[in-house]
Amino acid sequence: MKIAVCVKQVPDSWAEKKMANGLLDRANVDAVLNDLDEYAVEEALRIVEANSASGEVGEASGHSVTIISMGPERATEALRKALSMGADDAILISDAALSGSDALATSLVLSEVIKKGNYDLVICGTESTDARMSVVPAMLAERLGVAQLTFAGKVKVDPAASTVEVDRVTEFGIETMNAKFPVVLSVIEKINEPRYPSFKGIMAAKKKVITTMTLAETGVAASSVGLSAAWSTVKDALPRPARSAGIKVTDEGEGGSKLVDYLVEKRLA
Amino acid sequence: MSSVLFLVDHTGGKIAKAAGELATFAKTAGESVAVVLSSNPAEIITQLSAFGVDKVITAAGDWDKYSSAAAAEALAQIIAAEKPAAVLITSSARGKEIAGRLAVKTNSGLITDAVSVDKDLIATQSVFGGSTTVHSAVITGTPIITLRSNSIEAVVAQSTPAVSEFAVTISDNAKLATVTASTPAVKGGRPELTEASIVVSGGRGTNGDFKPVEAFADSLGAAVGASRAATDAGWYPHTHQVGQTGKTVSPQLYVAAGISGAIQHRAGMQTSKTIVAINKDPEAPILELADFAVVGDLFNVLPQATQAIVARKA
Repeated sequence: MKIAVCVKQVPDSWAEKKMANGLLDRANVDAVLNDLDEYAVEEALRIVEANSASGEVGEASGHSVTIISMGPERATEALRKALSMGADDAILISDAALSGSDALATSLVLSEVIKKGNYDLVICGTESTDARMSVVPAMLAERLGVAQLTFAGKVKVDPAASTVEVDRVTEFGIETMNAKFPVVLSVIEKINEPRYPSFKGIMAAKKKVITTMTLAETGVAASSVGLSAAWSTVKDALPRPARSAGIKVTDEGEGGSKLVDYLVEKRLA
Repeated sequence: MSSVLFLVDHTGGKIAKAAGELATFAKTAGESVAVVLSSNPAEIITQLSAFGVDKVITAAGDWDKYSSAAAAEALAQIIAAEKPAAVLITSSARGKEIAGRLAVKTNSGLITDAVSVDKDLIATQSVFGGSTTVHSAVITGTPIITLRSNSIEAVVAQSTPAVSEFAVTISDNAKLATVTASTPAVKGGRPELTEASIVVSGGRGTNGDFKPVEAFADSLGAAVGASRAATDAGWYPHTHQVGQTGKTVSPQLYVAAGISGAIQHRAGMQTSKTIVAINKDPEAPILELADFAVVGDLFNVLPQATQAIVARKA
């Protein structure tokens, strides 16, 4: 099986985020591999391990896991993390023209790169912790014209039959869904516990290949991406006025009653 | 007047609360046109007529089997025929997928997780955990906007909508993934987290005992939420997690019990209208955010508050 995992480098989700010129200010915050993409990397590795004679990932398994990302040069740090977990190689699409690209442009570029790789499975996290749109996996399936199995809480792959079955977990409940390869998957965060890169993994990752592609190499026109091609525009972005601290009481035996008095006064109870 | 389409969420013949909210937004911006993907829409149409809907377009098909791919195709065909000014969809997992696919199909701009949309189709989003308010507009194609549920009080107005059936053709490409079994979420007695007007959440301070949190929630008819610390510890299901990597809620009242209020958590609840916090630690950041804060042990405060609510209702 050829597996691709799409990842994104995002501002650390524990950091305060700000806007600059209608865009997220990415330059002045720590950048990390999107939390939710780690589950996708882990799931890809587990699928390979379950279908490898030695139980291990790597060339001998007969399967491959390629990490694909679009982002600035420094996104290689996030890719190294995925490689140190055990992925085989990585592709970074990096081009100044891509700055400010929205989900439509991102999915377009990723889909063109994915098409060149003939992957059986494309695995994503459910969303990035910065933009939080949660639409790229569905857009990829749409653009690639392949099956979409998203919000998977459980994935069963049968390489011999070229089929995938997932338990799709959403607010509506659980649905069992099936499809034949190729498939775009997204996995939810309770699907697994992502491994920590081992020392050996970190050392091995230094030697793994990260191929950098320019926009021209993807075959996507510069006019289709970036801020100028965005399908929507930000009119303004204003910091919300800070919430002023309200009433504070210390519980000395009637904290609960005071709380209810407040709720009653505010007509909330 | 131009029309604004909205996709009606429904299960088992019942429309979701969000359908009335979308109808209200649609009406603000034009003629409200409900799209009902169902082979048996009669009951749904009746419920929609309570929200002043001008027109209903129904389409029969295997919607439960082919999930979002087929729904997006249906909407694309309806858009081509209706040429609406915009399409509104609920910001649910499925809604956003349909919106994403639809944006690709119709080469249209997409705005997700809006909390409102005005008559000029300018969407308001609350981003970075509510710390920034963004106004944006779609500039290409048919604006596709997904709206968070619970963002507006649905306006009730009786109407007799014109109903028409639309014949959609679902391609083989939309049938690649099939649903073979489905188990609806166990509703329990509590409202759905993202739809609830009151949410009571517990965190690390519960030490794994959510009973006082649940009891207080039940006394108020509230949904129960949990911080990531609590769900990661296995104390409460992940589906109830409020925060950056969980659900975003914006209820009338949010009660945070034993939650310190890390940025991760605040990102999921900061836009709540009123915030109440209970925490033993007087330095907990959540207390600074709260409209009403109790410095104290949730195991004393919550049971007393529950009793007071129950007594008031008796």
